[in-house]
Amino acid sequence: MTQETQETKEGKTTGGTSIVNAVWGLFSSVKLAVVLIAMIGLLSIIGTVVEQNVEPQKNVKLFKKLFGDNLAPNVYRLSEKLGVMDMYNSWWFMGLLVMFSVNLTICSIDRLPGIHKIVSKPFEPLKAEAFGRQGIKKELMFKGTLTDGRIKVLTAIKQLGFNPGEFTFDNGVQYYAQRWQYARYAVYVVHLSIIIILVGSVIGIQFGFRGFMKIDEGETVDKAFSRKGTEQPLDFSIRCDDFTVQFYGDSDTPKTYMSWLTVFENGKEVLKTSIEVNRPMSYKGYTFYQASYGALGEGYGVLVFKVTSKDGKTDVISKRVGDTFKIPGSSLEAKVMAFSPALGFDKEEKPYTYTDMLNNPAVFMMFKEGRSEKYGGWIFKRYPKSWNVPDGSKIELIDNWGYQYTGIQVRKDPGVWIVYLGCICMTLGLYFAFFLSHKKMWVMLVNEKGRVNVKIAAYAHKNKGAFDISIDKVFSALNEQQSTDTKAG
Amino acid sequence: MNSAVFFGIAEIGYFVAMMIYIAYFVFKGEYLGKSATTVTIVSFVAQTAAFIGRWIESYNMGIGRPPLTNLYESLAFFVWCLMLGYIIVEFKYKRRSLGAFVTPLAALALGFIDLTGMSKRIDPLVPALQSNWLLAHVTMSFIAYAAFGLSFGAALMYLIVKTEKRSEPAYVFWSVAGSVFFTVIFAMLLDYMNFMVVGGSTESFIKNYLFKTTFRNSSFSIALFSYIAAIAVIFTTWRYGYVLKRTIESFNVPVDFLDELNYKVIAVGFPIFTLGGLIFGAVWADQAWGTYWSWDPKETWSLITWLVYAFYLHARYLRGWRGKKVAVVSVVGFITVIFTYLGVNILLSGLHSYGDLM
Repeated sequence: MTQETQETKEGKTTGGTSIVNAVWGLFSSVKLAVVLIAMIGLLSIIGTVVEQNVEPQKNVKLFKKLFGDNLAPNVYRLSEKLGVMDMYNSWWFMGLLVMFSVNLTICSIDRLPGIHKIVSKPFEPLKAEAFGRQGIKKELMFKGTLTDGRIKVLTAIKQLGFNPGEFTFDNGVQYYAQRWQYARYAVYVVHLSIIIILVGSVIGIQFGFRGFMKIDEGETVDKAFSRKGTEQPLDFSIRCDDFTVQFYGDSDTPKTYMSWLTVFENGKEVLKTSIEVNRPMSYKGYTFYQASYGALGEGYGVLVFKVTSKDGKTDVISKRVGDTFKIPGSSLEAKVMAFSPALGFDKEEKPYTYTDMLNNPAVFMMFKEGRSEKYGGWIFKRYPKSWNVPDGSKIELIDNWGYQYTGIQVRKDPGVWIVYLGCICMTLGLYFAFFLSHKKMWVMLVNEKGRVNVKIAAYAHKNKGAFDISIDKVFSALNEQQSTDTKAG
Repeated sequence: MNSAVFFGIAEIGYFVAMMIYIAYFVFKGEYLGKSATTVTIVSFVAQTAAFIGRWIESYNMGIGRPPLTNLYESLAFFVWCLMLGYIIVEFKYKRRSLGAFVTPLAALALGFIDLTGMSKRIDPLVPALQSNWLLAHVTMSFIAYAAFGLSFGAALMYLIVKTEKRSEPAYVFWSVAGSVFFTVIFAMLLDYMNFMVVGGSTESFIKNYLFKTTFRNSSFSIALFSYIAAIAVIFTTWRYGYVLKRTIESFNVPVDFLDELNYKVIAVGFPIFTLGGLIFGAVWADQAWGTYWSWDPKETWSLITWLVYAFYLHARYLRGWRGKKVAVVSVVGFITVIFTYLGVNILLSGLHSYGDLM
């Protein structure tokens, strides 16, 4: 141990930079990047096979298949200790991501000066003998004067989007220009965007909160719970006024889940809104997402009926199971006998409740005239046919209230805007990196007794072929008479 | 006529086109080539009509949604994008031989639809899918997948043409990967013919039917025979792969063209995949669930796919890798695409369970 410390001490005293250099060297290597990416990829694959954050039985079953009954419990215990069941939050996975970020940053910094040199170098005319050494090279003869040639060449170059410099010499002139040299930085913008996204996510993990709250219809709640059970008090409270599920037609396929919420601060109502899946609500940095719902069980709720008498008068009343009420304009008295959250009929036409969820709410109503029971039947919320009472009045079940709870995902993430910024940077970076390329071109005109010799040299960082073709296109006007195309590669 | 009829026409058309492209590939002849192109275009038009028709039908049913929301629709859309991409390449570069490598991919996807008997019903959208992001996320993802599919076809051709010796790793790679692919499809086809599986859940399909005719047959001797046959197929492909090579060579396809095409389609697919698949997916997830990234299997596998293609690009730019090496990466990339798309839905569970076989 002493030896080790001595060594590091020595390293520090003799040449502090050598350690820095060694570390720098390691992190600027592309090989390390490949190793890190491969490791992140492979571990991620394991994380998709071993289900993350689920009840142990699921993975024990998997482990038994992989390692046999005897080995499985031990392997499971060991992997749990290592954090395999919550892999993406484990120290080693985080460590890999951090190393990757450092690697990416240093790799980029290492290469930037070189790129900067290329980009910022003043663009200069090409020496005559260098014209043959560029990726794209062409030569053609123009029948006409140098002045004519200059006009035509200049138009052609401008058509390609270049704004050329001019260099005149004895018997000729050279135009030279470059475009999109800054596109060379684009790939580093993409690298930077990855770092921005990772930084944003770290901020989210460090200063944000992710949790869940369950609010019964009519209840008010002022705290959320994280997955690990930690309580997060909110400095406001939320009441669930109502929760509704709408279905497509007669099916049990849900169309919308919607919670009507009221936000209270210091006992005062500050916001009244509804949320549904894909349409969350934000308040004071917290965002609330419709995530789930469920039934509370029988006997809690209020049933809201719309009663229409024979002569067309309507009345909305709220009742509970066991209550009775008189139907206006009729001698009948109705009694709410029972409530079913999801009533179905079996083969023998016997009613039964097929799920606890409120998929098909129905109420059994008994009608009495004086002492005698006249008739009884089920009134469904979803089926208007069931609303008609034999005596001509109508009872509609509009709402059942207090039977359900809504499950809300709560999130506070101050880093999310940084992540979005990173995404925008990445999109722009990718666009510039893939669809724009650094292009250079030089065109030299030399006067040769009534004709002009035109030499073209050009270079494209990417997609040389397309550049070559567009050069041919714009110069075809000059080259109607003859051409000696000497393009190579 | 309803959309199903048009889809049926397109489906048969693509199969016929595949056969003509392969016939053209073997016998050549301008006449064959032209008819292959014609059949492909007619099928593509029919499929376009089917796509639009299905969209309209959903409105008539009172549902009104783009036909991109279950596995059947997405596979059909993948085929549509792939064929569109192929037609563009064929017309731009005036080369047909690639068709013999791309149409089988389309036929495979269509075969898979019928093989598993997945639901073709127009079901209404569950609340999580009711978002404007759906269209952008799904279309862009599949355009990218189709681009990767094209690069796969080009890369495979390149590898076949360029590998010389049987001992060469790249040769072993393409012959083994290609024949395993073929064997698996063939085994699944046998399952289909044997059991005529229609409907049922994914899980029951995998548990009860998949490879039960062959590798997992209850009779030991048949299972053993299947393995031996599979090994024989792989060996034969490896041994006689040069026949394929000669056939492709006789087309005088410049190999540089294949390498260039491989790169070009990836250069189109990668940014689209990044934006539409990963970024739009993340934004949507953030809006629906409150997490832009949750390491759900689909997300994770998309990331792996992204990393493979990022590796491809870096190897090409930074290390100047060309030809065989990058072609291998491109083939591996498409294998991860297939897994991201189908494997995750079939084998792993997660938030993206909409694409279930249902």
